[in-house]
Amino acid sequence: MENKARLVIDSLSDNIGLARVTVASFASQLNFTLAELEEIKVAISEAVSNSIIHGYQGEIGEIDISMRVHEHQLEIIIEDQGCGIEDIKTACEPAYTTADRMGLGLVFIDSFMDKFEIASKVNQGTRLKMVKIPVQEQKQVN
Amino acid sequence: MKLSFKKYNNELVVRPYGEFDLHTVDIFKEKLEQRLTEDINGIILNLDGIKFIDSSGLGAIIGTYKRISKKGGVLAIAKATPQVERIFEISGILKIIKLYPSEAEALDNIVGR
Repeated sequence: MENKARLVIDSLSDNIGLARVTVASFASQLNFTLAELEEIKVAISEAVSNSIIHGYQGEIGEIDISMRVHEHQLEIIIEDQGCGIEDIKTACEPAYTTADRMGLGLVFIDSFMDKFEIASKVNQGTRLKMVKIPVQEQKQVN
Repeated sequence: MKLSFKKYNNELVVRPYGEFDLHTVDIFKEKLEQRLTEDINGIILNLDGIKFIDSSGLGAIIGTYKRISKKGGVLAIAKATPQVERIFEISGILKIIKLYPSEAEALDNIVGR
């Protein structure tokens, strides 16, 4: 079974709640536990906050959130056309912070999702791809 | 986010309600600032009403901790929902800020320090 949905929002903090609730609601068609859905919400919140704070730096731009369910796994792509990340390796370190968030944004995404990739080009934007597989499905495979 | 406050001598109990993220951190900081008078040297943050927190909310808590510590005061957290507690554990914040199961217990420990 495959299913897709897409949400495009302005880079306003008012839309963060909408983004995480929408993705969690889409994700609930899979066998995720409530705790896993909470983890997805945190990851979305961090990714969208990153686009607002770092990508667009307070300017208004679009954040594109694509959701896909495919082979019992959830794939989410969050894209902005903001300023991009110069050094992804450094940005992923826990101590790295450019705002008042302790540098934990990417650390949370990494701990809560099963796969996580960032592609970014300076002055062109950033694309985050995240995959999460319900723990119940993982148990069946093993 | 809505906040309620209660002052006991030199301690301030802060109860935020709702979601603690980039959208609400400024409301939290602003409302707290208005209540943080010179005489306050203990803050108890009751997080029972917080249903969601991410790194922005966590950053605001750390900011409050730094601010009160600078003047020799203490910040304690009382009652965290499971989602909030999980985020606390992963972040390592509990190494520097104590979490108590109830507001009364947090208050007792802060006053009796």
